[in-house]
Amino acid sequence: MKRLNRFPLAALAIAMPLAVWSCKREERSFRVQPPAADTTDKVIVSKLRAGQMMATTTQRAATEPSGGPIAPPPPGIAPASKPSAGLVHNGYEENAYAVGEGNRLYLAYNCVGCHFHGGGGIGPPLMDDTWIYGSNPEQIFATIVEGRPNGMPSFRGKIVDYQVWQIVAYVRSMSGMLSKDVAPGRDDHMAGAPPPNSMRYQPPQWSTVGTIR
Amino acid sequence: MLTGNWLRYGCHLRGVLAVALLMTAAAAVHGASTTTAPGTNQETNAPHEDGQWTQPGKDYQNTRYSGLDQINTENVKNLKVSWEFSLGVNRGQEAPPIVVGSTMYVVTPYPNYCYALDIDKAIKGENPLKWKYDPKTEAAAQGVACCDHVNRGCFYDDGKIYFNTLDVHTCCVDARTGKEIWKTKLGDINSGESITMAPLVVKGKVLVGNSGGEFGVRGWLTALDQNDGHIVWRAYSTGPDSDCLIGSQFKPFYDWLKGKDLGVKSWPADHWKIGGGTVWGWVTYDPDLDLIYYGTANPGSWNPELRPGDNQWSATIFARDPDTGQAHWAYQVNPHDLYDHDEINENIILDLPVDGKDRKVIIHPGRNGYIYIIDRGTGEVLSATPYIRNTAAKGVDLKTGRLIPNPEKAPQVGKVIRDIEPASPGAKDWQPCAWSPRTKLLYIPHQNLACDYEAVDTGYIAGTPYVGVNETMYAGAEDPAHLGFYDAFDPVAKKIVWRIKEKFLCWSGTCVTAGDVAFYGTMDGYFKAIDARPDQGGKELWKFKVASGIVGQPTTFKGPDGKQYVAILSGVGGWAGALVSGDLDVRDPTGALGFVNAVKELPKYTTKGGVLYVFGLP
Repeated sequence: MKRLNRFPLAALAIAMPLAVWSCKREERSFRVQPPAADTTDKVIVSKLRAGQMMATTTQRAATEPSGGPIAPPPPGIAPASKPSAGLVHNGYEENAYAVGEGNRLYLAYNCVGCHFHGGGGIGPPLMDDTWIYGSNPEQIFATIVEGRPNGMPSFRGKIVDYQVWQIVAYVRSMSGMLSKDVAPGRDDHMAGAPPPNSMRYQPPQWSTVGTIR
Repeated sequence: MLTGNWLRYGCHLRGVLAVALLMTAAAAVHGASTTTAPGTNQETNAPHEDGQWTQPGKDYQNTRYSGLDQINTENVKNLKVSWEFSLGVNRGQEAPPIVVGSTMYVVTPYPNYCYALDIDKAIKGENPLKWKYDPKTEAAAQGVACCDHVNRGCFYDDGKIYFNTLDVHTCCVDARTGKEIWKTKLGDINSGESITMAPLVVKGKVLVGNSGGEFGVRGWLTALDQNDGHIVWRAYSTGPDSDCLIGSQFKPFYDWLKGKDLGVKSWPADHWKIGGGTVWGWVTYDPDLDLIYYGTANPGSWNPELRPGDNQWSATIFARDPDTGQAHWAYQVNPHDLYDHDEINENIILDLPVDGKDRKVIIHPGRNGYIYIIDRGTGEVLSATPYIRNTAAKGVDLKTGRLIPNPEKAPQVGKVIRDIEPASPGAKDWQPCAWSPRTKLLYIPHQNLACDYEAVDTGYIAGTPYVGVNETMYAGAEDPAHLGFYDAFDPVAKKIVWRIKEKFLCWSGTCVTAGDVAFYGTMDGYFKAIDARPDQGGKELWKFKVASGIVGQPTTFKGPDGKQYVAILSGVGGWAGALVSGDLDVRDPTGALGFVNAVKELPKYTTKGGVLYVFGLP
């Protein structure tokens, strides 16, 4: 009897934490507070600036420019959860919807035209662990807003701050820097790069990994 | 201290000596060059051979044929490296080494250094660097270069070197001293513009076109005054006739190209302002008819659903008066282009028998998969011969001159269309052909590329890409193991006489000589000599492994020692090699507009580089 009892107990002892661990899921806070934008200054490092926008589809305006200066974060909302690496805690990184929005905005603001789906082209890849101007949320925020001297345009005044933070969350997801439980929605487009959350944070891959067609 | 002083004095003395030597050498060069300046001997298809290579196309007809014959099919196997020079830039080296007298001129990718090298010293194993000109190209321009930071070369005329910079400037530099004579700003990177093409200098005008078809740029060709660099005329590729310099002289051959302001009417409202049609390829000149010829690039965006209409004058060949820019005729190769099939490829000027009659023609090996032979006086398409498996089009209607697209392969928003061939870079991209008046063959380095293509919604933001397509490329079904083809094409019989296949794309240009040897390079880094004769099947006579893959333009010249040399830049890159030159990540098959998928093995074969190689017989 004793032996019989011990087995389920031991199994339970293993299963319980396992169950608890596997129950870990996205802790969704419904009001994510974007970080304060004053972590960046008003200096534009790049001579290239995103300019006039023109809607070219019949369905919708492609972009939603803010046109204004950097907005302060909305007051009175408590930070959602524990801070991520870096100076700034970007609550959007714990929110799948926000990361999905970041993906949508990444396409709408033509980030995809230079960085493609993470592999790079005109701009460097975003899916590896090489970061010329830093991989922390506030560094990526600054890179988008200020621009960078070797060709990254400044989007200051073109994207509202909370959307930039959403793009930052998506960009960091491309190299697997976000928690696995913040799974983005299914991508309905042509099979491209592996889904962001299946990425390992690893060096650039220059030789063939599998055959992707 | 004493040693230091001695050294310094020594240096000084040597400096003085060097300057004196340079001046004598330069004077000699200048003397030689004024008598052989381009434009004086361009009247025939086979000009008198002076042993120089003063412009990228060798001559105004862009034959890339040299009359030198010391290196021939027998002895080419003995070629050895004569000298090398490090270019200091590790991006795609697409420029030709230009040779004037005993000086060689080379332009690098961004930051667009221009070097003058003393060939005499180089041959003797001494330091060949005469001068280096740095145009201080704006670094941000790298962000509007669609396809690596390439530059396709400089042009020598009348003691001056002309070339363009990535940040939309044209430079005129004293060929002897490297001193800037003038520098003109032609556009703005903030509109997505850049320049990668080599200018053409003719009749006192420097002809320059812009790049940026992937940024919704409005294309143009501009003529600058050769002496002071001021803009004489600018012909836009889209917009009202007055902007396109379409006036009373304009007589297109086909009726569908006639009518007022087609550059506006063939677009949705205002879309012509961001409609592409850039001019980043080759300009040729025919002194007989006194006309220049060039092609315009793809319409913006790539996604065709955003721009219903024919989208004139994108993907169009123009004939214009070099003095005024006025258009004489136009032929739109790809009305309402579906696949980024720019038609900027060279229009080689030849006189050919066509169906038994001697005709003045241009040959245009099209990106859309057809080799066009066009009457260069009227713009009539005489023939359009396929030179690649084609699923994108069903042919060219010779009655109307219109391309017949395959409706099954038309891109749609939200749908992936598979096995479109030729892919976006076309059957042939920028890499220029060569024509031998001896063999009567056209030597065409090109590619075997198909693609999957998904049009997606996109919006225009000035200074950012305006593409709207997810694409992945791969080798075409005709031969999945080979991305590169090198063809010898007989334009009279309209058939491919022989074909060489390469694992990677033949992204380098080619040249051919009176020794019946043709040269080209491969992306995995071999510089090759081929038997150019029709009955030799494209036999490889010699090859040499260089440091980095080749995407450049070979040239050949006679050195100050009277010997023939062959020169090429090594340094992989360009659109096809951006995976290596831009450190891209192979896991995203859509990277570099889908090119990454096709060349994902390339990083195993080559690294970045930037070295000039000159070969000679021992």
